[in-house]
Amino acid sequence: MSEQQDKKPISIQERLEKNIWALVLATAMVLSVGGIVEIVPLFYLKTTFEDQVHPEYEELLGVRPYTALELAGRDIYQREGCYLCHSQMIRPFRDEKDRYGHYSLAVESKYDHPFQWGSKRTGPDLARVGGKYSDEWHIQHMMDPRSVVPESVMPSYPWLKTEKIDGLGMEKRLKAMKVLGVPYTEDDIRTAAIDVEGKTEMDAMVAYLQVLGTMVKFQPGRDYRD
Amino acid sequence: MQEQQQYSFEVVKWFTYMAVVYFVIGTGVGVWIAAELAWPALNFDNPYISFGRLRPVHTNAVIFAFGGSTLMASAYYVVQRTSGVRLWSDKLAWFSFWGWNLVILGAVITLPLGLTQSKEYAELEWPLDILIAAVWLAYTFNFIMTLSIRKVSHIYVANWFFLSMMVMVTYLHVVNSLVIPVSLWKSYSIFSGVQDAMIQWWWGHNAVGFFLTAGFLGIMYYFVPKQANRPVYSYRLSVVHFWGLAFGYVWLGAHHLQYTALPDWTGSLGAAISLAMIIPSWGGAINGLFTLNGAWDKLRTDYTLRFLVVSLAFYAMSTFEGPVMSAKTVNALSHYTDWTIGHVHAGALGWVAMVSVGAIYHMVEKLWNTKVYSVNLINIHFWLATIGTVLYITSMWVSGIMQGLMWRAYDEYGNLTYTFVESLAEMFPYYAMRTVGGFIFFLGACLMLFNITVTIRKVETNPASDMSKVAVI
Repeated sequence: MSEQQDKKPISIQERLEKNIWALVLATAMVLSVGGIVEIVPLFYLKTTFEDQVHPEYEELLGVRPYTALELAGRDIYQREGCYLCHSQMIRPFRDEKDRYGHYSLAVESKYDHPFQWGSKRTGPDLARVGGKYSDEWHIQHMMDPRSVVPESVMPSYPWLKTEKIDGLGMEKRLKAMKVLGVPYTEDDIRTAAIDVEGKTEMDAMVAYLQVLGTMVKFQPGRDYRD
Repeated sequence: MQEQQQYSFEVVKWFTYMAVVYFVIGTGVGVWIAAELAWPALNFDNPYISFGRLRPVHTNAVIFAFGGSTLMASAYYVVQRTSGVRLWSDKLAWFSFWGWNLVILGAVITLPLGLTQSKEYAELEWPLDILIAAVWLAYTFNFIMTLSIRKVSHIYVANWFFLSMMVMVTYLHVVNSLVIPVSLWKSYSIFSGVQDAMIQWWWGHNAVGFFLTAGFLGIMYYFVPKQANRPVYSYRLSVVHFWGLAFGYVWLGAHHLQYTALPDWTGSLGAAISLAMIIPSWGGAINGLFTLNGAWDKLRTDYTLRFLVVSLAFYAMSTFEGPVMSAKTVNALSHYTDWTIGHVHAGALGWVAMVSVGAIYHMVEKLWNTKVYSVNLINIHFWLATIGTVLYITSMWVSGIMQGLMWRAYDEYGNLTYTFVESLAEMFPYYAMRTVGGFIFFLGACLMLFNITVTIRKVETNPASDMSKVAVI
């Protein structure tokens, strides 16, 4: 160790190096700054969500909680790790607009516990995949991706077709979401089991994929991020 | 002999050996999933080995099983050696060993079953999260208490870095894992959308910044000077490195979310601090490398030292590449592409794994009081690791930049030149090359496991090769 023994008054650094509790406290304080500055404001700054900046944009009110079947699909999407290869976050670039559609808004994922923005596009972005392909295409694509897209490297998901959704489980999941602040009504929760009755995991996945990015009906000429 | 009574090294030995075992498993699974991306038939239509479920097994195995065991072994080792005392509590140390291995076992079972919170590097469900918290606090508390009973007046720099990792990971793990359980193996994050994304990447980048950097810098600050038999180059630089890193790294997570629905100010702030982080990072890299001044000739014969020095070169490279990629114009191209994967592996293979390997070869000789069975095998391991890493990251650079450019290319009529799948088809050679690079790296890990197993077995079955005992006789 090349500690310099200068004879000046003891520096703060010197004190910290000699007192473990002071070092723990100082480190804990220094480490907390960045997170507090970057995260806490997101919970109260009105500019975080587009509908609070532009309450007059009625299309932003179109964002609704997922139905029980869609939520079941979303849970399967997470279980299979789809988010590892597909993002759900379109950036405001010309090429992304042409390829995927309107850039994503914060309000569009406000009921997403947890978020599914992803970090990698081994496959294409899915933020607005809803309505782009038929249900039959999706089923065929998940059963055997290379039968519809020969160059695809996606795994096949044949088990989705045989597994059934558990109705009681969905009721519990909607209740949990309601506790977290997702505005499900008592009616939604009561009918959750009926909503998914007899449905397979494939049905749920398709329902989820088909709703992605379709809740906001974008109006031409509006800048949602100003 | 005396040393063995003075320190609690038994638990360090177990962590060290398990680190090597997990090194082989983690990199092996990595090679497999890399192959799945090149040859999708390898998914075998089997849910349990399908890419989406196996990828978290790979990341958790290398980061938490291999990296975590290395960190626990080395922090327990370093804190004893630099404080001149035994661990404060052997019981807590053994609890951390069995607890951590139970977490890993839990991960290996639950992740292939698809039980996941779907947050990258924080996939494990809430019961395992609670166990992780308990183990982590036991480890942290034991470490702090050992420092509090130290017999030297100053706390050595390596311990500052270990400490910052322990405190920060406690923050991150607790906040990012806040969920509401629906059942034993299913839960929902209490955060949603924008806030959830920011909290996840605050966790995500600091898993890199503290777990994989600060902790391994603790390793660097002890093992580089020890192996080179030289004092750390500059004390002042260590102080700057430490406080700069502790303050700055925390902010970087936002650079993962540029141009997303996260407010612009947050991403820009993250990018600005990322750029400034070059200063402490390079200060640290220089500090490590210059420690060899006057001892550079040792690199010709000391293969363990080679691992440590090359790891610092990769540390310097990755901590330059990272800020570049966080600059908005570069990020617009690099985000969502394989370039990110290449960057991560420059850090993970080149820096984290290499510095760990160097530290482990060093520790094995000290812990078992012996020489490693084959120095030649260490040399071969060194070349396999280096070549494997370079092959991996260069293939990902090429594929990543190509993806970025193809996605944004327009033809003369103003139409997108390529469909998405055309860009994917172009990736095949690079995905194959990445698999080969990873496989070469994996071979090195296998050699290491063999070399160290033989070394330990020789000591255990033939105590004469324990050099401390030879000296006593």
